Parts: sequence; structure tokens; C-alpha cells
Amino acid sequence: MPGSSSNTERAGRLTRWLVTAPPAAFLVVFFLLPALIMAAASFREPGEFGGLAPLAAGGMNLDAYRFIVDDPIYAWILAKSFAVAGLTTLICLLLAYPLAMRIVRSPRRRRDLLVLLVILPFASNFLIRIYAWMIILGPLGLLYSPVAVLAGMVYVHLPFMILPLYTNLEKHDPALLEAAQDLGAGRWARFWRVTWPLSLPGVLSGSALVFIPVLGMFAVPELLGGTGDLLIGNLIKEQFLDNRDWPLGAALSLVLTAAVLAVAGLSAALTRNRGQA
Amino acid sequence: MRRGFWLWAAALATYAFLYVPLAVVVLFSFNDSELNASWVGFTTRWYGKLLGDADLLQAAANSLLIAIVSSTIATILGTMAGIALHRWRPRFLPFLVLTPVAMPEILLGVSLLLFFRQVLDLTLGLFSILAAHITFSIGFVAIIIRARLAGMDESIFEAARDLGATPWRTFVRVTFPLILPGIVAGFLMSFTLSIDDFVITFFVAGVGVTTLPLQIYSMIKVAVTPEVNAISTLLMALTLTLIALASRFAPDALRKSA
Amino acid sequence: MLNRATAGPTMALLEIRNITRRFGKLEAVKDVSLDIEAGEFFTLLGPSGCGKTTILRMIAGFDEPDAGALFLDGQPLAGIPPERRPVHTVFQSYALFPHLTVAGNIAFPLEMAGRGRDEIRRRTGETLALVHLEDKGDAFPHELSGGQKQRVALARGLVNKPRLLLLDEPLGALDAKLRERMQGELIALQREVGVTFVFVTHAQQEALALSHRIAVMNEGRIEQLDVPEVLYSAPRNRFVADFIGTINLIAADVVEATRHGLRLAAPGLGEIAAPPVAAVAAGSHGALALRPEHLRIAADTGRAGLKNHFAGTVGEYLFLGDVTVYKVRLDNGLLLEALATNAGPGRASFHEIGARVRVEWRHDAGVFLEH
Repeated sequence: MPGSSSNTERAGRLTRWLVTAPPAAFLVVFFLLPALIMAAASFREPGEFGGLAPLAAGGMNLDAYRFIVDDPIYAWILAKSFAVAGLTTLICLLLAYPLAMRIVRSPRRRRDLLVLLVILPFASNFLIRIYAWMIILGPLGLLYSPVAVLAGMVYVHLPFMILPLYTNLEKHDPALLEAAQDLGAGRWARFWRVTWPLSLPGVLSGSALVFIPVLGMFAVPELLGGTGDLLIGNLIKEQFLDNRDWPLGAALSLVLTAAVLAVAGLSAALTRNRGQA
Repeated sequence: MRRGFWLWAAALATYAFLYVPLAVVVLFSFNDSELNASWVGFTTRWYGKLLGDADLLQAAANSLLIAIVSSTIATILGTMAGIALHRWRPRFLPFLVLTPVAMPEILLGVSLLLFFRQVLDLTLGLFSILAAHITFSIGFVAIIIRARLAGMDESIFEAARDLGATPWRTFVRVTFPLILPGIVAGFLMSFTLSIDDFVITFFVAGVGVTTLPLQIYSMIKVAVTPEVNAISTLLMALTLTLIALASRFAPDALRKSA
Repeated sequence: MLNRATAGPTMALLEIRNITRRFGKLEAVKDVSLDIEAGEFFTLLGPSGCGKTTILRMIAGFDEPDAGALFLDGQPLAGIPPERRPVHTVFQSYALFPHLTVAGNIAFPLEMAGRGRDEIRRRTGETLALVHLEDKGDAFPHELSGGQKQRVALARGLVNKPRLLLLDEPLGALDAKLRERMQGELIALQREVGVTFVFVTHAQQEALALSHRIAVMNEGRIEQLDVPEVLYSAPRNRFVADFIGTINLIAADVVEATRHGLRLAAPGLGEIAAPPVAAVAAGSHGALALRPEHLRIAADTGRAGLKNHFAGTVGEYLFLGDVTVYKVRLDNGLLLEALATNAGPGRASFHEIGARVRVEWRHDAGVFLEH
């Protein structure tokens, strides 16, 4: 482009810089940097009274990772965390799907209200939602059991499954179902061959939004599971706050990060494959 | 329609699942009994007890202060990020802005703990909590603003310039009024997230400062008394109002942010 | 009258000189030059991708040419941003500000120009009356119909009395009847206000109806720039002939060329008499371009009426209400389209499919296009 409009171009570039830089800078300092530091910390030695030993004294090594790999309990806990996350996601899906379908079938005006009714419980503090289950399950004697943990996990994350599902189902063209019916498909066939495949991107998106946070949860297992059902989140918390073995905690965090990235990557790949995002 | 019936039943069951536990909490906050086991009688003494609990009041004040300050800053930074994401789509920005929203909170919490203590040797307290809250709120605001911008006819901005508005005046007279509902919704969302946050605050609060959720957590660990029900009910009422307000301003943005 | 041309008699309002615009490897606009006179309704007509919208954006200032220059009132436009050009645009999507009322939208350019409150109120009111929306001043865009939104967009573009108003396919989103009505309103508006309109469309009938002059564009170049009647009756090449209206093309060679007319030989048909074309000599190859309304159809009985006549069979016909379109296959295989009005008394009668008919036209009808 000829240089005659360079003034406006320069103003445009300055604007872009002025608008992008502050949030970017803030996030680099308070998000990216800490993340990198954590990665580095996993290679350090624990300090005498907790925290990290000074670099000069301890140096860098793979001790924390070797510790994790050597002791099979870590693999077991990681597997358990995945199992809980998977089960929670499944239950959320089973509960959320009929509800989302019901909302979509309602007249347009009532839909916003129904969606709001879904979001409102989410408005309550997450501890309160756990607490609610404590007082319900306590008298029933189900407290401090795997059932309690699952119930709490599902309860806390259900809205995250409902909303993406609903957003997806809302966009389905009703003419498709009519066409299927016209061509001879019964009720079950219409659901299984038309609605379900079209809803998969919403299912994937909702599943990722449930699975990933559940992986990292520690409050639910601690309050509802007692000391028996430790998940990886509890381990990380222990290392950072109770044992103060920060390199181990950092290493465990990196393991969790890797797991999360794997799940996110899988979900993104699956969504891309379907061709509809 | 028989099938309609089953769908309605399933939907109602899920709604019940969502609301009954919370209803129990609210109900038992008026229960005249130390235990949350069975209904004895109606009373408001637990609410009275709250007012006398100095630690709790301090925690509430802290939460409020932190929420106001962090949401203000997060809304400003998040709006800028949302505009940048929509207008220029810089490659690295979506990662920076959206990952704190998507990843498990515990990771953000511990990495900030490490950063503040090890690198900055900062005593944990108000500042660390503020920084943490702003970090995860920026993403939420950005998502809302970006959704709002995406839903608008792009040619409006060209039309403004075509009709004589400089880029700055275009922003002031056209862009800003149109994203204002999104900004308000973003502020309310950040406020709610800040008041409610437990996990990240848990790691970066240190010993000196408590927030409402942290205080509730200690109360829960000590004993399950109706006092907790009472404070929970009050907190629920507050966040309920905020979310209802936010949904008035940007209804689809909230859906997209989930 | 508002804003009659202030440009001198020798200087056009907008001069476009040899502009070229490239997007990567694609040349969207290739060395285009044209002049737009003050007060005229000028149309850029062509299929999508021909470059017409690119030129419009360069006039408005949202794009700059890679080569060449544009001059408004003799002054170069290069480097002047859109907000400082006395040129306004009516966008295809109307681009009305949703957060402002109709009056607010119309007042916007006046506010940008720094006009006083009283003047703004007066001129907004005048312009609202001009587009017949006096009672809609306090409505918001989402409450308006398509046609009303269009009129608000027009009013907003005109209120500031720009030197040029650019219209980017503004009637595209309207249904057929509304479109026709808006065309009439546009013509009346332009004649009344006197502002120079530069109109972009791919709809050739619309261009013919609205414009003082039309530039027919194809693949970045201007194929022909003329008044509508000339474009229709004397297209300069096959593209223009085919793009504007329907055309019949009969391949033929020139046997004799005088200033009274041409004698053509069409393979398989015979001799055709055609009107004279300058600079065409005997031996030239080309095609005779004939509009359907120049062809007459009669039952194939004995006596011929017009100079050029050939026999054929009716392939199909389309009854369109006021006219009937016949597709006739001549005996040499050539398919011709002819138009017959249904103006006779009583019900229309048709030449049925398969009927033998005679297609004939005058010796001075059509135009010979050389290859």
C-alpha cells in the first residue's frame, strides 16, 4: 500500500498496542510466569523448612518425578481421579440431556426463564453446594463414602453440562426431525440417528467443561469423602500446604496439567473431526 | 403425548435435584436446633449469631472490598482483551486470556502461591488475593465482550467512519454504547466469581486475611451448625440477585461463557 | 435545489485515473479510468467479483489503489481517511446504529461535522420528511421494516449534503415488489436532491431503470460506459450484449459493407440484412446480436412481411402475463428467443409446441459484433 496513509496506519497500530498490551502484560506476569516457575520448581530440592531450597544448595534434578514414578500409589490416585471424573461426566450427561431437550421444546419465551433457573443454583457458593450434601447425607449415613463424593461432584458441575448441551440443541433444525419421520423413522430412531449425532459437539464441549475441573477438585473429596478418598487435587494441596514439599507438589501439578492438556486436546480433535464446531 | 410426559418428568427431577439440597440449607437456617438433623421449630437466632461473629463480619467486609476492586480492574482489562480478541485476533492472546478460565482452579492457585512466596517473597494477603481474582476474571469478561461484538453487524463501525467519525469518536459514540451491557454483565460476573471463589483464594490468602468462603470453610470443618446455613442463605441471596441482574444485561453472553 | 454541481464545466466531479488494485495475485481492478459528472446517477454494473465494490470502497476511502489516483473536485483523495472525505455510503446491510433512534442515526453525521443543535434538529426533520418517515423519528432500527431501514440509511447518507453518495447494492435484501417501488423512490429522490449517486449493482434491469450512465464491468475492467439506451441497443461486445437483457447471437460473415448497411452471410441460414457498423469490412467474422423484441413470429404461411425471415419450429414457450417468450429452433438448428406481446383482444393465443412458424426481423434491427 502506498505510504501516504501511514499516519492513519501508525495511529491504528498504536491503538492496537494500547488496547492489547495491558491485559496481555497482566496475564503474562500473573499467569504465564507463575506457570513457568512452577514447571521449573518441580526440578528443585525442597527447602529445610518447606518451600524450595536455594538453587545453589539444591541444584536441579528429577527427584520429585522419580518419586512419583517409583511409588505406584500416585498412578493409582491419578487413575482414581480419572475414574471419578469420567463417572461424574457420564452422570451429568444423563441428567442434563433430558433437561436440555425439555427446555428446547418449550416455547421461546419460557426458555430464557428455564435457562436462568438452571444457572441460579450455580449462583450459590460452591462450598454451600457441598455443604448442602453434607447435611443431607449425614443423617442418611452416606457421608464420607464414594457415593457422597460423586454426588458432590455431579452437583457442583451439572450446570456446566446443561448449558453447552442446550446451546447446541437449540440450534437443531426441527425440519430435520420432520424429514426423518416422513421417511419412516420412529421415535427412538429419530433420536439416535438425528438428534444424538448432531448434539455431539455440545456433548463434547460440556464433557470437557465437567471432566477437567473435576480432575483438579480437592474440596469435594475432602469434605464429602473424608480421609479415605484422596484424589490428585488433595495430594497437591497436601504437598503445598501441609507437607510443604513444594517440588513434589509442583511435579504433581505438572502431571495434572499434562492430563488436562491431553483431555482438552482430545476434545478439540474430536470436535474438529466432526466438522461442526 | 406420552413421550412428552417422560421428558417433563425427567426435567423436573433434574430441577429438583438442583434445588432441593439448597432448599434444605435455607430451610434449616431457620431451624431451632443445633443439629441439622430434624426440624424443631422456627427461629432467626442463627442470623442474630452471625451479626455477633466478628471474624465472619471481617471476612465479609474483606470479600466485598476484594470483589469491588478486583472486578473493576478485571472489567477494564477484560474489556480491552475482548475488543482485542475480536478486532485483531492476536495469536497468543486467546491462550493467555482463556486458559485461566478453562483449567482447574487448583493449578492457578498453587502456581500463584509459588510465584508470590518464592519469587517475590511477598507476604500473602490482600494484594495476592486481588491479583489472583483479577487473573481469572479477565477471561470471563473478555468472553462476554467478544460474544457481544461478534453478534453485531460489522459494517456499523465502517458506517460511523464513513459519516465523519474519527476512530476515537467511533469508539466513544458507537462501540462503547453497544458493548456497555456486556461490560455491566462482565462486572457482575467478576463480582460474583470473586465473592464466591474458594479454591484459588485458599492458596494465596495466607494467614492474615480471610474471605467469606474461607471462613465458611473453616466453620464447616469445625462443626456443621445452622450458623453456616444462615450465612450460606445470605450469600446465596446476594449472588442470586447479581446473576439475575447480569442475565438482564447480556443473556446470550452468559450462555456462551459456559 | 440542493447541491447542484459546483465543479467547473471542464472538470468532472470525480475523476478516476488508471487505478489498479491487487489482492495477492488477484487483480480486482485493472487500470480503470472514468469520470463522474456532478448531479448524475452513475451505476457500476457487473457480475460478482468484477471489481465494482472495490472501486466503491476506494472512493469512500476504505481502500487505496495500488496504482493510479482519484480526484474529487480536482483535489487528490490519496491519504485522506474516510471520515474526512465529503463522501457517504449506503451500506448493503444498511448498518444502522442499533442503539440510536432513527432521528439519532440521521443526526449522526451532522454531529460529527460539529453542527449546532438547532441546525441539526431542522435538517434532521427536513430529511425525515424527504424520505417520508416523519412519524418514525423516535423509533429504533429494529422496529422498522426492510424498506424503512433502507430509507433511513439513505437519509443518513444525504443529510450532510455530501459531494457523492455511494450505494452498495442497497436494494438486494428487498422482495420484488418492494424493490420496484424503492427504485422509483430512488430516482425521484436523486432528481429532487441533486446529489451525485454512484450506485453498484449486479441487477442489469435495475441499472437500466435508474441510471443516467452505466459502466458495465467484467473482471476488473470496464467493458462499456454509456447511457442505458445505447448499452441496450448498441452493445460493443458479446459480454455487454449478453449481460444486459437477453440476446440472440447469429454467427455470420460480412459479405458487403456500405454506409447504408451490411450484407451478412449466416452459415446454414442464408443472407441477412443488418444496419451499418463503422470500421467493419467485407470478410469480417462475428455475430449479429438481436433482442427478442426485434423478432416477430408468424405462422409459416406463404407471404413474408419483413426483410429477414427464416422458418423454424416452436420448441417451447413461456407465458409471462404481459408477454410470451418463444424459443424457436430454426431449420439450421439455431435456437432463437422471441418476444410476443399479448395485447390482442380476448384470451392470448399461442403458437403451440411443434408448430411451424416464421421468424422475421427488420433490415435495420440488431447490431453486428465483430469477434
